[in-house]
Amino acid sequence: MTAREAILGQVRMHLRRVPCQAPPAIPEARIRVPVMDRAARIEMLMQRMIALSGTAVHVATLAEACNTVAQITGGASAVASNAPLLREAGITALPGVRTGFTVEAELRALCATAPFGISSADYALCDTGTLVMMASPADARLISLLPPVHIAVVPADRVLSGLDELFTLDALPADHTSSTVFITGPSRTADIEQLLVRGVHGPGEIHLIVVGEG
Amino acid sequence: MSTSHLDHQDFGRIINSTLADPHLQKAVYTATGRLMSHRRSAIAPHLLPDYQELREQARLVKLHTIENLDWYLEQFERNVVAHGGHVHWCRDAEEVAATVLSIARPRGVKLVVKSKSMTSEEVHLNDRLAEHGIESVETDLGEYILQLLKQRPYHIIAPALHLTRYDVADLFEEKLGTPHDTVIENQTRTARVVLREAFLRADMGISGANFLVADSGAIVVVENEGNARLSTSAPRVHVAIAGIEKIIPRAQDLATFLKLLARSATGQMLSAYTSFLSGPRRAGEVDGPEEFHVILLDGGRTKLLEDEEKRTSLTCIRCGACLNHCPVYRKIGGHSFPWVYSGPIGAILTPQFHGLDAEPALPFASSLCGACAEVCPVKIDIPKILLRLRSDIKESEKETAGHQFERMAFRAYAYAAARPKLWRRLTKLGARFSGPGIRNGASLPVVRDWLSQRDLPAPAAKSFRELWKERRR
Repeated sequence: MTAREAILGQVRMHLRRVPCQAPPAIPEARIRVPVMDRAARIEMLMQRMIALSGTAVHVATLAEACNTVAQITGGASAVASNAPLLREAGITALPGVRTGFTVEAELRALCATAPFGISSADYALCDTGTLVMMASPADARLISLLPPVHIAVVPADRVLSGLDELFTLDALPADHTSSTVFITGPSRTADIEQLLVRGVHGPGEIHLIVVGEG
Repeated sequence: MSTSHLDHQDFGRIINSTLADPHLQKAVYTATGRLMSHRRSAIAPHLLPDYQELREQARLVKLHTIENLDWYLEQFERNVVAHGGHVHWCRDAEEVAATVLSIARPRGVKLVVKSKSMTSEEVHLNDRLAEHGIESVETDLGEYILQLLKQRPYHIIAPALHLTRYDVADLFEEKLGTPHDTVIENQTRTARVVLREAFLRADMGISGANFLVADSGAIVVVENEGNARLSTSAPRVHVAIAGIEKIIPRAQDLATFLKLLARSATGQMLSAYTSFLSGPRRAGEVDGPEEFHVILLDGGRTKLLEDEEKRTSLTCIRCGACLNHCPVYRKIGGHSFPWVYSGPIGAILTPQFHGLDAEPALPFASSLCGACAEVCPVKIDIPKILLRLRSDIKESEKETAGHQFERMAFRAYAYAAARPKLWRRLTKLGARFSGPGIRNGASLPVVRDWLSQRDLPAPAAKSFRELWKERRR
């Protein structure tokens, strides 16, 4: 008997169930989406991001978003994701910014040394100050992970009220991506004497730029 | 399983050494106190008005899943495979080690980075990998420190809670050869540099899983440092090890569970990183693992399913809130418990996973105050389960001399308590002879142990009955 058969057999014996027996009605998933206008969402998102010790600005145009990124990086070396938004904003053409990686080894080598990683985010959740990053050809994982500073440019219409709204819009993220990461503030630890230290393995700094009409 | 089983005497010895260490007492008390207050602020009604509704929903969903576990495990497996991943079923620790080795060896794995996993602590994986020349590095800061010290976690979510910056300074100087430095920020940076190199060199990453999501074939990993993200995205092979009870039915259920987990654990609304991972990298994705394996461990869990009450132990989401709020854990600490799970949840899981005869002392390490049940985000009635286990233990001890004596003593008590005249005479006699020597138990053979930590109060000069009589006169 395989371990699989043995374990499932034990489970069924103790629960008095038979193979393929459908479960009784499952409690409905609890989803509550509050009514909030866009301006209120953006305001709350920025407040939460600042409370998490990140920075947050809201700009109207892509050109302004590009200027903000340029001010933060100051021309230093940065890796930008392949998100179309970053290209449209002119961010990928800024001095020091490299992008367009399709080979992992090259991406990894640059992410391991560049001081800045620039990405978009699929969504932001305003009630917790969270960035939702789904891996895709346009968005690699390491850009928001290896460099010590992460800059995220998020369209205003992608700011959601919270987890409940996200899972209403996208009930099965696994159908289209292998990785959905929720980032809520900088990397942190309190493992030694409960003292908060930021930037353990991931970025110690996060800068959020919300772009588009409130 | 190299578990050190403890009888009452060993248990007492370790507890006494913890109680006698003032630094440890202060460290545990401060840390758990801080975690308690963080949690309290995070669930405050103006921040989370539906906290109680979320708890009830979490309890119902978890219980439903456990009661139909085979169905959801098979659904999970189908969906992992559909996304190009692999599922391995393991009955015990030995099978987990063998499975990991069977993945690692043909792929020439030399270095494994591990992110915090209580389940892999259950199976002592690092030792088994080392036997085959595979180096494994714990990458959570606390776990990394403990690995260098060869200790097991002190707390489910704060593994190095018992250590100070001075301990870490000594350790890093000795093991890493870095200059003695007691600044915590610098110590963290040292670990970052050492471990960053390991992340980029490792061939395999091993993680745990906070949830297994059946409708998605996904695992969810909750963390703060980024070490789990790195372990699951930098190496070319990712292996997740999880107990079979970690299943939840739907991705949508995360809207309930994620709101409770971090708040109950550290008082955060969400942890810094929550990763929802389903399979290896897909076509066109630039990074991420090429292989994705999930190891499902029984390890004693199926035994709990038969009993309706005991099976609720399997709904635990490992937030650690019951440890922080337990007056016993806060005094005796995590290493007084014989296995990886400490505190109230450890007191019910350990004896049920290993057998009551192996761990007869644990269910008694509680004052039954009920704080654990009150803070549990999935409403496990831990005190009730402790009482059940106590009663099971007493049932199995029926024929022993100690039990016979206890029975006689209670019968004698019942006889006296039911006869007012006899009771009056006995209490009077007791009051006259209860000098301090008796009250601190030094001279009494049977209750000496019990009285070694307590004094009986001195009896009043007159009993209540006598005072009542005088008043009426």
